[in-house]
Order: sequence, then structure tokens, then C-alpha cells
Amino acid sequence: MTAVWLIPALPLLGFVTLVVLGRKFGDPGAGIFAACMVGLSFLGTLGVFAHLLSLPHEERAISQTLFTWISSGSFKVSIGFLADPLSITMCLFITGIGALIHIYSVGYMKGDPKFSKFFVYLNLFVASMLLLVLGDNLLLTFLGWEGVGACSYLLISFWFTDPKNASAGKKAFVTNRVGDFGFMLATFLVWVTLGTVNYEQIRPLAPGLAAGTATAIALLFFLGATGKSAQLPLFVWLPDAMAGPTPVSALIHAATMVTAGVYLLTRLSPIMAEAGWANDVVAWVGALTALVAACAAIAQNDIKKVLAYSTVSQLGYMFLAVGTQSYVAAVFHMITHASFKALLFLGSGSVIHAMAHEQDMRKYGNLRKYLPITYATFMVGWLAIAGIPPLSGFWSKDEILAGVFNAKTFGNLALWVIGMAVALLTAFYMTRQVIMTFFGEEKWRHAEVDAHGHELHADEEDAVDDHDHHHLTPDHTPHESPISMTLPLVVLAGAAAVAGLLNLPFGDPLKFLEHWLEPTIVGEHELPPGWVQALLSLAAVAVAVIGILGARAVYFQKKVDPAKIEKPVFAHAWYIDETYAKFMGGPGETAFEDVAQFDQKIVDGAVNGIAGGTVGLGNRLKGLQTGLVRTYGLGMAIGAVALLAYVVTRIGG
Amino acid sequence: MFTLTETWYLVLAALIFSIGAVGLLVRRNVLVMFMCVELMLNAVNLTFVSFSTALDDLGGQTAVFFVLVVAAAEVVVGLGIIVAIMRRRQSADVDDISLMRG
Repeated sequence: MTAVWLIPALPLLGFVTLVVLGRKFGDPGAGIFAACMVGLSFLGTLGVFAHLLSLPHEERAISQTLFTWISSGSFKVSIGFLADPLSITMCLFITGIGALIHIYSVGYMKGDPKFSKFFVYLNLFVASMLLLVLGDNLLLTFLGWEGVGACSYLLISFWFTDPKNASAGKKAFVTNRVGDFGFMLATFLVWVTLGTVNYEQIRPLAPGLAAGTATAIALLFFLGATGKSAQLPLFVWLPDAMAGPTPVSALIHAATMVTAGVYLLTRLSPIMAEAGWANDVVAWVGALTALVAACAAIAQNDIKKVLAYSTVSQLGYMFLAVGTQSYVAAVFHMITHASFKALLFLGSGSVIHAMAHEQDMRKYGNLRKYLPITYATFMVGWLAIAGIPPLSGFWSKDEILAGVFNAKTFGNLALWVIGMAVALLTAFYMTRQVIMTFFGEEKWRHAEVDAHGHELHADEEDAVDDHDHHHLTPDHTPHESPISMTLPLVVLAGAAAVAGLLNLPFGDPLKFLEHWLEPTIVGEHELPPGWVQALLSLAAVAVAVIGILGARAVYFQKKVDPAKIEKPVFAHAWYIDETYAKFMGGPGETAFEDVAQFDQKIVDGAVNGIAGGTVGLGNRLKGLQTGLVRTYGLGMAIGAVALLAYVVTRIGG
Repeated sequence: MFTLTETWYLVLAALIFSIGAVGLLVRRNVLVMFMCVELMLNAVNLTFVSFSTALDDLGGQTAVFFVLVVAAAEVVVGLGIIVAIMRRRQSADVDDISLMRG
């Protein structure tokens, strides 16, 4: 029997071992050990994958129950794993990309005083994510869901000596809690209405749900997903999460954790199929998030922030796909995005590494001369995300847009237009980033000589990794990163280039992913006919090329002043974050103060009052206990006489 | 002719019991109180035996044996405690001992 439980258990074992022996393993031993654990987990996933492939199409689901976790009345939850095409697809890229990022981190974190601790967290993160994906019930998924949230907090604020990093971690955690409350309420609702939280049992029962209930469940789960997957209105934590070390940004905030929301809704497609207009909400929120974040990405100067907003935007695409019932396209984009976004993040990490931890793209330029491997791989990632065929991003994005085009969603054509606009913006901001970083003149050479120049230019939102304090100087010569960092880049570049092969739109036999996922998904939407798709693809390519050429005109040929495009409203992401801060600092804080007062005076008052009353009564009554034996004796005698008198007069008489 | 019916025994037992009970309440010397308890116990024994004879039932006499055994055990423990108290405090006045006061 294939041991599905081994997949999350191996990183967990790595976590436990490193907690105890991490310091002894040291640098780089701890990192190599952690990478091996995730690598073994990847091999295990491959084994399960092969086993699933050998099974007939409809029976591809291995359910494995280890033991009962909670048993309370009719409420029974077990620690059980469900390996079906959907979860194994997720596991493949979580462990595969996770292992590559572990290898990369060995190089990136070299010399960090908390080297082994980093890998403790990283392994725990991978284990939680696998638990989230493989869990066969909502509660186990929630356990993993919270696990990745906690790890994300620990890793974002990894360099917590800088208060900015620490508060970014807190922000991520608190924002996620808002979403988690939706997840919990939805789980309760599923339990109350269906009487089970097990996915395989939910599936046949879901069609029996009342439309209103299904809509409520779907919306609440979507609220959870907006937190974890950084959608409107809860996306504000993700750009700040770039305060963590770059491998963390790649692993958590691009490739895996943020996809949890998409996974959840795909897993619950039986409920989504009954949820009516909740799907429209998902699609619209996804599309608007994609647009808002893509606009914000245009005006960022921090190399990682561009990618962070890009991630938010691409996640918006995935939700757009989920909302229009194109689950296969959502998962497809999740896979391709995981590979090219991990590649881009790791590439930017390599750049940051080479530039003495400077993250401001205005100080870069002409780096292709110094970082040939990073440059070449970054090019692949850039073209993939921009949607240039035949790279992976083109195929998945195209499938989403084609699905939107003939979806039955409210205002589907408007959604399609937004999607196309986002495609244009994506090509634009990625080209801007590439030009600012790898082309043009070597701008750091003209930077002011005094060390304060750095502070002068740093805006508030520059999350600069200044855990080691050597600054970028004009005579700095960038150097290519070590092999442990470039090797994952090359592998990921390969994946980003060819991942499109998973689901080519030319004829049925080539749609491998669609056939593979078919048994797990309910209510998949049909794509438009081939010739419509072809036309749409042409339009998408045209839009991408316009975006690239536009950015080239602005930033390379300098025909237009960039300030005309990089509006402050974009740089501040439409002031959404600021509005939250203002609201929470003003009326919000007052309201919470009042609630706290209520809690202190009324709720605590009642509890303390009861306790105080009991103590007072005890103080009064304790006088009765004199400690004098004869007093007690007298009491007993009087009692006995009274009892006797009663017996004699009432009963005896 | 004057016959000694069980009433006499019962009256005697009641008297002894009352003496014991009152003694227990009015005396402060632990040893005396202890003897009063013995008086009460034996008064009850006397009642048991009287009824046993009157009703021709051996149950009453059996109960006496139990009372005797318990009383003996009680004497062992009680006297042990009293000796320990006397050693510590040089007095056997119960009113001096009120360590359990609330």
C-alpha cells in the first residue's frame, strides 16, 4: 500500500529533528538535511502519483485514515489523508518547488546567525502545507491552514530585530485571522447542515443543500480564501510580507501558501456548484483584485514589491477562473504560476544577494553583464508571466480568459476586458522591472557617495533587508550567486518554460491536466470552441506585446516620462492600506476600546462579582467554626434532642 | 413482689447516658470528656442488652460486641492523641485547643 501519510510526515520529521539537533548540524548541514527531507517527500509524492496513474480513471483516490482525532457524539474527525488527482497535483509542486527553494536557501542564508532556525520553520511550513492539501476533512485542512499562517508569521518576521519586519509579520497574521473566522464559520455551517466535514462525504451530499445555505458557505469560505490568498479586501499583508528573507517570499508568498484559497474552493467545487451568485462574487473580486494589484505593481520601485503585487494580481486570475467554474484553468495557472513566480522571486533574491541587499530597482541597471545565469533564467520567467507563447504562462492565462469569455457569470464580457487589461499591465510592469534591473546604465555607480544617500531615497514602504549592514557603494561589483542558488533557478526556468505542456488546447488527447483532474471536480465549465479560443489567444498575445513594447518605449527608449505612469495612487495601491490604517487607528480603535471597556466592566464584573460574593459569604460564615469541640458537641446534642422530639411526637405518637 | 423489669434497666441506661452527655458538654478536661463518652457508649450497650433479653433476640447482644470493639479501638486512638497533646501543651483543657477555628 502506498504510504500517503509519509508525504507530510517527512518534513515534519525534519522539523522535529532540526528543533532538537539543528544547531549541531549547523551551517550548511541543517539546510541540507531539511532539503533532503523535502526531497524525499517529493519522491514519495511521485510514488503516489505513479500509483494513481496505474489505477483506472474513476478510481484515482486513495483514502487513508490513520486514527480518530476527535470523537464527540456524532461529531467524528479522523486524521486521514486523501490522495486524489487534485491533492497530488498540489503536493507535486509544493514538494518539488519546495525542495528547490530549500536548496536555494542553503546558499542564500549562508552565514546567517539563525541559519538552522530558518530551516526549522521552512520544514514546518512545508509539512503544514502538505497537511492542508492532503487532509481528507475540513478540520485537518484548517489545521494546516493555521500552520502555514503561523509559519508565515515566523518567517516574515524572521529578522525580527528590525521593528518593520516584526510588524509585517504581525500584520500578516492578524489579516489572516480575519479570513480564518470566515473559514471557521463556514466549517460550522457545513457541519450543521451536512453533518460531516469529510470531503468524500460532502461530495454526494452537497447537491442536497439549499441554495441560500450553499451560497453562505461558499461566501464564508471565500472570505477565508481572501485572507490566505491575498484578495480584496484582505490583500494588504502580502506586499508587506516581503520583509521576510527572499526564499520565504518565493516559497510562501508565491508558490504555495497563497494558493491555499484556490485549492480550498476547487476542493469544494461540489458546494460551489450549488452556490449560485457566490460564484459571481468570487469572479468579480478576483478580477478587481487582479486589476488593482496590477496597477499597483506598475509604480513600485522595490524589486520584491513588484513581484508581490504581481502575485496578488495572478491570484486574482485564479479566483476569476474559480468563479467562472474553470477549475482546471485555475489549477493549471496555479502550477505555472508556482514555477515562474518562484523563479522570479529566486531570481530577484539572486539580484538582491549580488547588490549588497539593496532592493531599490532605481539603483540597479545593466546587471545582465554581471549575473548571466540569473539574467537568462529571469528572462524565461518574464516572458512566461507576460504571456508570450510557447512559455507556460501564456497557456494557463489564455485558458482562464477563454473560460471567462463564454462563462455564464454576471457581466462576463466586462470580466474578460478586465482580464485583458490585467494581461497588458502584467506585461508592462514585468518589462519595466526587467529593463530597470538588467538593462540601461549602471545606476548605483552614480549614487551619492555619502552613506546617507540611501536613507534619503528610501520611502516608507521600502522593505530593505538590512540585516547585514554593508551598503551599496558606487565601486560595488556585482557577482553571480553560488551554484546552490543558480541550480534551482535553472531547473525552475525549465519548468516555467514547459509547464504549458500539461494542458495544451490542441485537441482532446493533449489536455492531460483536464482529464487528470476530471474525477475530483464538479461542475467544470466548458471552454468555447477551438476557433474562438484561437482568436482570443491572438488578442492576448497582441495585448502582451503591446504591454512589452509600451514599457520598452517608456523605460528603455525613454520616450515618455515614467512619472506620468507611476502615479502616486498606484504606488500606494489605491490607498487601501492607508484607509484601513486610518479607520482602524480612528473610529475602529475607539470602538475596540469601548468593547474592551464593556468586557472589563460588565463581563469581567459579573465573573468577579460572583467570586467576590462567595468569598464574602465564606468570611461571614467562618465565625461558626470556632474550633471548640464542646460547641460542636452542644450542637450535636441539641440536634439529637430535636430529632428525637420530632420522632416521638410526630411518628411515635 | 418487687420485680426487676427491663424498664429499670432502660431508665438506668438513660440516666447514665444523660450523665455522660452532660459531662461531655460541661467538662473541659479531655480525659474526663473521654470517660463521659465511654459512659454514653456503655449506656447504649446496656440498652442493647436489655432489649435483647426482653425481646429474646440475640441481635442486640451481637451489636454490643461491635460497640465494644469499636470503643476499644477508639480508646487506643483517643488516648494516643490525648497523650500527645498533654506532652506538647502541659494541659488537657479542650478550650485551649481550637486550631481548626475558621
